[in-house]
Amino acid sequence: MTPRHTLHIVSGKGGTGKTTIAGALACALATSGRRVLVCEVEGRNGISELFDVPPLTGREERRISRTPVGGTVFGLSIDAEDALIEYLDTFYHLSIAGKALDRFGAIDFATSIAPGLRDVLLTGKVYEAVRRRIKNRPNSYDAVVFDGPPTGRIAQFLNVHAAVAGLAKVGPIRNQADSIMRLLRSATTAVHFVTLLEDMPVTETEEAVAALRPTQIRIGTVIENMVTPTPLNHDQLQTAATGSVALKVPGLTIKQNHAFAAEFAIEAARTLQEQQRHDRLTALGLPLAQIAFDPGGIDEGAIFTIAEQLTDQMSLEAA
Amino acid sequence: MTNAFESQPHAGLPVPFLDVDKIIGDRETKIIICCGSGGVGKTTTSAALAVRAAEAGRKVVVLTIDPARRLAQSLGVGELDNTPRPVSTIDTAAGGSLDAMMLDMKGTFDEVVMAHSTPEKAAAILQNQFYVALSSEFSGTQEYMAMEKLGQLHSEAEAHGTWDLIVVDTPPARSALDFLDAPEHLSSLLDGRFLRMLLHPARGPMRFMTAGFSMISAAMTKILGAQIISDVQTFVRAFEALFGGFRQRATATFELLSSRHSTFLIVATPQHDALREAAYFVDRLTEEGMPLSGMVINRVHSSALAISPERALSLAEDLAGTSAVMEVEALRRHANLMRVIETESRMMERFASARPAVAQTQVQSLPTDVTDLAALRRVGALLSDKD
Repeated sequence: MTPRHTLHIVSGKGGTGKTTIAGALACALATSGRRVLVCEVEGRNGISELFDVPPLTGREERRISRTPVGGTVFGLSIDAEDALIEYLDTFYHLSIAGKALDRFGAIDFATSIAPGLRDVLLTGKVYEAVRRRIKNRPNSYDAVVFDGPPTGRIAQFLNVHAAVAGLAKVGPIRNQADSIMRLLRSATTAVHFVTLLEDMPVTETEEAVAALRPTQIRIGTVIENMVTPTPLNHDQLQTAATGSVALKVPGLTIKQNHAFAAEFAIEAARTLQEQQRHDRLTALGLPLAQIAFDPGGIDEGAIFTIAEQLTDQMSLEAA
Repeated sequence: MTNAFESQPHAGLPVPFLDVDKIIGDRETKIIICCGSGGVGKTTTSAALAVRAAEAGRKVVVLTIDPARRLAQSLGVGELDNTPRPVSTIDTAAGGSLDAMMLDMKGTFDEVVMAHSTPEKAAAILQNQFYVALSSEFSGTQEYMAMEKLGQLHSEAEAHGTWDLIVVDTPPARSALDFLDAPEHLSSLLDGRFLRMLLHPARGPMRFMTAGFSMISAAMTKILGAQIISDVQTFVRAFEALFGGFRQRATATFELLSSRHSTFLIVATPQHDALREAAYFVDRLTEEGMPLSGMVINRVHSSALAISPERALSLAEDLAGTSAVMEVEALRRHANLMRVIETESRMMERFASARPAVAQTQVQSLPTDVTDLAALRRVGALLSDKD
């Protein structure tokens, strides 16, 4: 059985754990014998830091993890300038011209100034990695996870072809942009949003979803990260949040029990607020997944634990 | 063993305290730049500092980049646009004032074009397709325009005494260094070799390179399409006169930021990623000789209850299955909180031992979002509080 999605784009506001979720999603998709690529852009080394491996450089696609479920995760850090030189080489056999262009500052010029070109090149590389399997090219992957731009920029990033179409009516860049749009709009691509149950990330998620809806790009799952589950119901939480509950833990002094109740009141109030934000996300009508907060911080074990939670809650359809 | 442990650099070595009240109280401090990675509370920190400085008697303008709407409302300005708007709700007893503005990237670029060229030329530039895209989509433009706006505010402050302190919230950078790099990058591109060739392909000393250039030009045309190239050429011709000014102002702003009248505050949270970005920032600012005051660490957790997570969990276990559901949940939450505190202090200790000279102030995690002036005042108080 093949998975429904071969390209997973992960977006999220800064600080929501987007890279961690992208890494964990790659692990979740890497079941028995499957090869999954996770890519990041603009040399932030987030993926290599996450998996505690040396930084990914150049065009190398290096194995960064073997998952407990028997698959392999590879990492790639995409650089726009490398991508342009590779593009020239692949499409025009212009590797020498590419180097000349680089010397004249033209590569820097093209990737910095030509609006959207940088984004076209970055998505172009992702597109190439996804297409290898379809085209039966070597080094192909069963799935590609793209640690994408933050929520505030995702719609613009994925809609870059609109900017390109405005400027380049014809030409290979235009053709490339059109092919990428076809891939992004296809049923095998999904964009996932990572959010915390805090006001700003939830608002940004709502805005990004609204911005993506008219684009025909499919939105996959909204992933609520760092959630603290509670066995208490709404009324119990409300009572606790008032601070009027007299906690009686045997072995604690009266003073300690007071401090304890005050601390719990804040925790309960926070949980109530989180539940309101959860309701806002539910209103989006999209599949939701919840990842439990890990107070011990993130290491490889924690990534696999998150991967399990993603497998349980997202229809990854991995065989 | 014991001795080796005790000789570790962070053991017992106090982290220098970042005294923000001293910074805002120093009349020689005219610009405060808050930088850091996304999602660490940079905008909130900038706003809180601005409010505190204004209520301490400074005449402050705060330049924010894309603040949450509710934060704009908390400053009493329904809509932040490219013009500084007075925040009337602050306490002006100490003789201070506060204006707030939000950067309008395209608007600022348009203003620059209109201010520095003839109406005909300006009209030609503003209508150019390439300019439209450059001014609204190019990823470095926001950083560049933030610098441009900062320069404008500073000139106005110097000329009219409108303000004596500018607080800048930097754009949510793709990489922490964009803010410093973008102006230099863009201005070097704008008068770079390639652009000159694009403008004057066969003139002067460049003539002998025409053959090489035509190959390059052909390649560029292939990649980008002829239309982009011709748009760029038209744009560059119309824009040429402005280049010098742009570069000059970028250099002036950079010098201003290196002077003793400016100071950088790095904003972070006690998490691995944010502290890693903060470390890059410290190193980079130090390399550039930029004035760094220290670091604000937001959302630090604390507990008034000195009960270890192990003990809390064991107490919870004892009570499990009884009617004390509230107690069990509260104990589990406390255990979680204590683990968070442990993880955070480990992260902060590592940072402090690697960069012991960086002064710090911590702001404890708040139970609710900061959405009104009272909350901003509270954050300001926490910022200046030594504990």
